Amino acid sequence: MTAPAQLDRPETEDVVDPDRPWVTIVWNDPVNLMSYVTHVLMELFGYSRAKAHELMLAVHHEGKAVVSNGTREQMEHDVARLHARGLWATLQQD
Amino acid sequence: MRFSRTRSGALRTELAPVEVSVLASAAADLIRLITDDQPREGQVDPLEAMVGLSSREARRPDDPALQRLLPDAYRDDAFPADVAPGGDRATAAQEASQEFRRFTEADLRAGKRAHADTVLETLAGVASGGELMLDRAQADAWLGFLNDVRLVLGVRLEVDEDTLEEPPESDDDDPRTQALEVYSWLGWVQESLLSCLDPRTS
Repeated sequence: MTAPAQLDRPETEDVVDPDRPWVTIVWNDPVNLMSYVTHVLMELFGYSRAKAHELMLAVHHEGKAVVSNGTREQMEHDVARLHARGLWATLQQD
Repeated sequence: MRFSRTRSGALRTELAPVEVSVLASAAADLIRLITDDQPREGQVDPLEAMVGLSSREARRPDDPALQRLLPDAYRDDAFPADVAPGGDRATAAQEASQEFRRFTEADLRAGKRAHADTVLETLAGVASGGELMLDRAQADAWLGFLNDVRLVLGVRLEVDEDTLEEPPESDDDDPRTQALEVYSWLGWVQESLLSCLDPRTS
C-alpha cells in the first residue's frame, strides 16, 4: 500500500478525516415523480413542504442535491432510508 | 382508479378487474425479481438466519433493474482524493459500497418484498374488481410498491425525461407501447395516491 508521506499526521486505522463532514446526495432520475421526491424528503427528514420542494427542484434542474449532512454513520443511515423509498442516493465526504 | 380520502382518514379507490390483474402480476414480477437471486429456504446462511447479517458477499446485481432498486451507496469519487484509503479512490468506494450492501441489502429487499406482499393481500379482497380501502400503513406500502414497479419498468423501457412527452410512433399491438401505457398509468395512480397522502393545504 502506498500513500503520500504525511509527516505531521498521526497514523490511524481510520482513514476518514473527522473534520470533513459527510453529505447525502440525491441524484436525478427520469422515473421518480417530482411530487414523490418532495413527499419522501418531507417524510424522512421532517423538512417543510417549501424546503423539500426546493431540494426536489435542485435535483431535477441541477441533477443532484445535498439533502443532509453529518457523520458517515448518519449518512449511511439516510442513504439506506432513501434507497428503501426508491430514491437514488449516495454519500460522500465533502 | 383514482384515490380519495374518506372522513375517517382511510384511502378509498375502485378497481376494474383488469386493473387488479395488472397490479397483481406486477407485484408477482417484482417479488420474483427481488427474491430469485437469493438463497432458498433451507439454504440460508446460519449467521444470516441468526442476526440478519450475511457472511456471504453481497455483490452489485448484474440486472440493471435490480441495480436501480439496490443501488451502490458510494460513487467512485465518494472519498476526497487526498484521504482515499490506499490512494485509490474508486477501489475504496467500491469496497465501501460492498460493505454497505452486506449490512443493508437484506433489509432493503425485505422491505420491498413486504410492500408487494401488502399489495397482493389487499388486492385479494377485490379479485374481480370493486371498492378497496387502505389504511395509512397499507397506503405507504402501495406508494413504495408503485414506485418500485415504475423504477423497474423505467429501466426495462429505457425511459428518459421525454419518453411520455413524445407522440407514440407505433401501433397499439406493439408490446413497448402497451408497457409504456402501463408505466404511464402506474404514474397516474401513484400521483393520485400522493395527492391524498399529502394534501397541498397541509
